[in-house]
Amino acid sequence: MTAPLLTIEDVAVELPTPRGNLRAVDHVDLSLQAGRTLGIVGESGCGKTMLSRAVLQLLPKKAKLTGRVMFDGEDLVRLEAESLRRLRGRDLAVVFQDPMTSLNPVLTIGTQLMETIQEHLELDAPAAKARSIELLAAVGIPAPEQRLAQYPHQCSGGMRQRIAIAIALSCEPKLLIADEPTTALDVTIQAQILDLLAREQRRRHMAMIIITHDLGVVAGRADEVAVMYAGRVVERAPTQALFKRMHMPYTEALLAAIPKLETAPHTPLPAISGRPPDPTRPLKGCSFAPRCNYAGGRCHEAKPVLTSAEMAEHLYACFHPIRMTEGIEA
Amino acid sequence: MMQLAARPAPLLNVDNLVVEYGLGSKIVHAVSGVSLEVARGETLGLVGESGCGKSTLGRAVLQLRRAKSGRVMFDGEDLTAMEGEALRRMRRRVQLIFQDPIASLNPRRRIGDIVAEPLIIAGIKDAAERKRRVHEVLSAVGLDPDLVAGRLPHEFSGGQCQRICIARSLVLNPEFIVCDEPVSALDVSIRAQILNLLEEMKARFGLTLLFIAHDLAVVKAVSDRVAVMYLGRLCEVAPSEQLFARPAHPYTALLLQAIPVPDPDVRPVESVAAGEPPSPIAPPSGCRFRTRCPRADQRCSGEIPELRQVAPGQFAACHHPLA
Repeated sequence: MTAPLLTIEDVAVELPTPRGNLRAVDHVDLSLQAGRTLGIVGESGCGKTMLSRAVLQLLPKKAKLTGRVMFDGEDLVRLEAESLRRLRGRDLAVVFQDPMTSLNPVLTIGTQLMETIQEHLELDAPAAKARSIELLAAVGIPAPEQRLAQYPHQCSGGMRQRIAIAIALSCEPKLLIADEPTTALDVTIQAQILDLLAREQRRRHMAMIIITHDLGVVAGRADEVAVMYAGRVVERAPTQALFKRMHMPYTEALLAAIPKLETAPHTPLPAISGRPPDPTRPLKGCSFAPRCNYAGGRCHEAKPVLTSAEMAEHLYACFHPIRMTEGIEA
Repeated sequence: MMQLAARPAPLLNVDNLVVEYGLGSKIVHAVSGVSLEVARGETLGLVGESGCGKSTLGRAVLQLRRAKSGRVMFDGEDLTAMEGEALRRMRRRVQLIFQDPIASLNPRRRIGDIVAEPLIIAGIKDAAERKRRVHEVLSAVGLDPDLVAGRLPHEFSGGQCQRICIARSLVLNPEFIVCDEPVSALDVSIRAQILNLLEEMKARFGLTLLFIAHDLAVVKAVSDRVAVMYLGRLCEVAPSEQLFARPAHPYTALLLQAIPVPDPDVRPVESVAAGEPPSPIAPPSGCRFRTRCPRADQRCSGEIPELRQVAPGQFAACHHPLA
């Protein structure tokens, strides 16, 4: 196997708060090959966005980051500002949740696209403009030439997200991080944007990280899924394997709690009781133990580490994994 | 059976309701002639994408937004004709739960006072009686009254704040509650708790609900019947199971197709949804969905489709309904 494009090694992020240090990301290891899609799934506060900010080196100033983020042979954590700035936007691009706040409201769409292109590629103004038009057409914007002169407020939410994607794709990135790219959009527009991302990813052979709270979004579109809970990756597997056989009780409970279209009306949902732990008061044992139906004494005493059973790529952090082959199940 | 159950005089009857907003010199056609009924004890789900007018419809039912024309009959009385004291009295029987539970609680007031406020407005002067009611509803929504009554909203999570909002909506013993996206701001694991709670409360207090949401699966989980709205008009109304099994309106089918399914074996259908919803300032003539509809023809641009029965209990406003 070739070296991964991105390797996250033992990354931890701590944020100081008035109530004590908040452990947003708690020693995470992940890797991603070129051209592949990784889905990171979790509820709000699980650390998925902070982890992506750690990769992008866009953490809040007061945040304390430890570990290594190896991207294309370089450790981003130790890279100086100038090299980092050249990398971001070119090899490493990002699409955020809210396209209204990620686009500059007082600059035209053309200016914003051409700014990125000219910053990173050696193109003169006419060439950059031609490339902008090409990109807008590629992301499905009708009459791209007219759009260049417009401002973000003149576009719908879906259009703005397409423009943000066009900017992200403008310098042929090796890795695109999409942080809840469709959460602010309607369901029919969401489908369009996810299709667009998948199509461009295939075409450009980009690696992609989709961060989402919705297991449905990653199910059909990621090669591999990492489930996060309370700052840690609690299960990680190739998508097919994960949905076929979840080993971590949290993953199972999260999937069960989603209302399904096949279920008859008024069927009570298997809700997860309680709520995630306070991140400023870390638990001694497994963070999910207080809400887990399978938890035993050991779960409250020690933290389970990611391990694999029958399949090397399927990792779970649990003392009482479910759906294991005969004999192992606790 | 479904339509028989809906036969006795409906608790809520919305008749040809039109709501418009002024926007400078332009007019936003938010709700353009919507008629629907909700039977006593029923949950009617109302789904649609943002800007389709579903929230405006919910507010117009409660007279928080006055209609331009049309009527809202509640238990035989015309709310649209009511004003002042009569309307205030009627409002005790109808309540509203909002999307953002944190924003809908006053951050400077204690939970006990927030939940007691409707009782004060309703003129219940006996403090002991108010306290008893507040305790009752807080326990009903799964909170310990002695622990929470003295605390402030910021001490609670989003899910708990929504429980508090539900308690507040129940304190006057209403008959009818409009739930406007009550779970869309909540995480998946908390969402299930709140949906279950709403179902429990409905059974326990004999409520009738208008449940507004953009998520079809969420709507199906709690609704007896579902109404689908697009750009100010109803596309389809049907019993939940039927709507999901055999959608008659192309827009309903499109919505169902677009939902990401948490199953990797279900491959997403590429580009199911062509285009975006047009502006409600200048809605298309005829059928408002025609600009995105694969079945649209000339008739669809010239003639507004009426809501017609296409199967028992199932109504669709389409010239070319799906078989």
